Amino acid sequence: MQTFVSPKVDKVGIEDRVNRITKRSIKKKAKLEGLKMALNMVDLTTLEGMDTTNKVTQMCYKAQHLHDEFPNLPTVAAVCVYPNFVKIAVDALNGSGIKVASVATAFPSGHSSLDVKITDTKMAVDYGAHEVDMVISRGKFHMGDYNYVYDEIAAIKEACGKSVRLKVILETGELGNLDNVRLASDIAIAAGADFIKTSTGKIKPAATLPVTLVMLEAIKDHYYKTGEMIGMKPAGGISNAKLALHYLIMVKETLGVKWLDNHWFRFGASSLANDLLMQIMKQSTGAYQSANYFSKD
Amino acid sequence: MKNKIKPLAFSGKWDLDPAPESTDHISIKDQYGLFINGKFKNPSSGNYFPSINPATEEKLSMIAEANDKDVNDAVSAARKAYNGAWSKMTAKERGKYIYRIARLIQEKSRELAVVESLDGGKPIRESRDVDVPITAAHFFYYAGWTDKLKYAFPNRNPESVGVAGQVIPWNFPLMMAAWKIAPALATGNTVVLKPAETTSLTAIKLAEIIQEADLPAGVVNIITGAGATGAGIVNHPDIDKIAFTGSTGVGKIIMKAIAGTNKKSTMELGGKAANIIFEDAPLDQAVEGVINGIYFNQGHVCCAGSRLFVQESVYELVLRKLKDRIQSLILGNPLDKNTDIGAINSKEQLATINKYLKIGQKEGAEMFQLDCSIPKKGFWCAPTLFTNVSQSHVIAKEEIFGPVLAIQTFRTIDEVITKANNTPFGLSAGVWTDKGSKIFNLTSQMRAGVVWANTYNKFDPTSPFGGYKESGHGREGGLHGLTPYLNF
Repeated sequence: MQTFVSPKVDKVGIEDRVNRITKRSIKKKAKLEGLKMALNMVDLTTLEGMDTTNKVTQMCYKAQHLHDEFPNLPTVAAVCVYPNFVKIAVDALNGSGIKVASVATAFPSGHSSLDVKITDTKMAVDYGAHEVDMVISRGKFHMGDYNYVYDEIAAIKEACGKSVRLKVILETGELGNLDNVRLASDIAIAAGADFIKTSTGKIKPAATLPVTLVMLEAIKDHYYKTGEMIGMKPAGGISNAKLALHYLIMVKETLGVKWLDNHWFRFGASSLANDLLMQIMKQSTGAYQSANYFSKD
Repeated sequence: MKNKIKPLAFSGKWDLDPAPESTDHISIKDQYGLFINGKFKNPSSGNYFPSINPATEEKLSMIAEANDKDVNDAVSAARKAYNGAWSKMTAKERGKYIYRIARLIQEKSRELAVVESLDGGKPIRESRDVDVPITAAHFFYYAGWTDKLKYAFPNRNPESVGVAGQVIPWNFPLMMAAWKIAPALATGNTVVLKPAETTSLTAIKLAEIIQEADLPAGVVNIITGAGATGAGIVNHPDIDKIAFTGSTGVGKIIMKAIAGTNKKSTMELGGKAANIIFEDAPLDQAVEGVINGIYFNQGHVCCAGSRLFVQESVYELVLRKLKDRIQSLILGNPLDKNTDIGAINSKEQLATINKYLKIGQKEGAEMFQLDCSIPKKGFWCAPTLFTNVSQSHVIAKEEIFGPVLAIQTFRTIDEVITKANNTPFGLSAGVWTDKGSKIFNLTSQMRAGVVWANTYNKFDPTSPFGGYKESGHGREGGLHGLTPYLNF
């Protein structure tokens, strides 16, 4: 039995800090650079009951051809799909350098046995996923069974093996308060998470700036203790470029510039990419273009 | 915590481009007179002095210097307005004028913020988000009290005092003018106010607003000048009340000067506030509070949290977090929307701060500063912290009034209360802990006018502000801020 004790979080203080972060003014070169960086951090996502092979292939094509009219654009970081679509995505993205991430572990509720979750994870890994996005057992967390949550993450990490990176979704919208967000972050990191991630996108609120700041602080404290870097992925609810830039400022001023890289920071989003593209075009041409010029896959 | 892990790096990638607030919407005249009896007048001496931008050392305008004759004219105008229009007016009507001033400040908030940053060196983020909104809020708040004084002080028959002489400092020029003028007007007094000589411009802008609000002539008189002008106000026999915000040294001189007279007084003087972090505190938010506590307005804040006490068990971690947070601050052009640390208000103040930096190092304290480039022109001091400090260090005893933090450690709550109170000052303090009972235990023993818990430098017109011990007497703000301007 381990006892988990986390530093306390002050909500008002967090909100004050977030408020200050959102007041940064990002202009000119820095704006274009920020937009491209954000684009390069997007995990293009489809996680719907009605997902099909064709939907996934279409999205994978989009991932590689974000806006061919504009030369030298970065690609997105990854596409994120259900385990049964991993192979299709891997084949579609072959040679592009774009990673395939798969949700697993009875996503999104996480209600199943550990065996099923391990099988789910192994399926994604066997199909060639580079990254696995698991959900924690929020029910067990609320019951105070932190050891269960920890052991489960550790078991999934083991199922991922050495080369597959594990993102641990806390589903912060179900955790109730920021102290719980911090505690869940610490448990996930201790259990071997390579990334901690806010949300499934199925629960509102999904990612928010305050929640992300709390998680970044957990990552910072872990770095101070061990020198080890952990990645961060806010997911859900980030649909416009301006908000994405606020997130990047937060990362920069909390963890520093080393985290400004898609190896360490991701956005889980589907519509964000097109808004980023629109803003990039606006920065380059000086005018907004019609949304119809940007493909929706 | 003392390990070899590299500090976080906050620059070298994605450095922000300049984002300066434009200045084309403001107007500053080449020269300003004295605002006496509702009009701008030339000073009787004919003397003017320059007001400069401390970030560039460029001249912004020439400011009139008021001598004793001008002071006398201003006091006479205030007395006449008091006996005539202002004390006869119904409270409700008086309130309307004050509301009008508040609304005009809001309308002109963008210009006021830019002028404040140009003239004083403070970041536009602060003048825009703190100084100007609080200024307007103060007028709104006190406008509301005008016709409710009898309810505020039941069965005590509150009456105005007469003519108030008010001398304000350079750190929050516009906000301090509001803190002084709003309660004085609300209680039916008339005013002669002198801004600090390095930051006259927003007080003059306020005079223009008062003119536009069509206040009866002489109700508010704003005269500019240096210490001699202030002394003229303090010593004028027809002034009924002195309100002063500034250094403890000058406060003592004023108290001597008015001893034996009938003048009422409020003094808001220096401070050396303790900011206390317990091991159970939300540390990241505490660190943010420490940053805001000492580096807000370049530390030119009388209630700045200039002494930090950290419980020894979390000292290394807090220090590491503080140093990293300092490295993410941006120093530079006060008009840039991203600037965290602006210019030091004057050459003289910079010399004072630098003197203390030398003393601190000579005393054996270890100095750490933001690693940044300092602009060639203007007056600048990188945010600084000192470790290896004890209560006996000069930098832990004297008010520096700059971005300089002295850090000490403690073991128990009793120890830190003793150390925190071990100062001639007593303006403010801060405490950071997750435990409510600890907050109440500590705040009830702290000899400081304001104690913030899990926050710092929060200001609101509804909240009284003022000091214990040599930090002054009397309260400004809130219901308490009315009493210094009333006789019962």
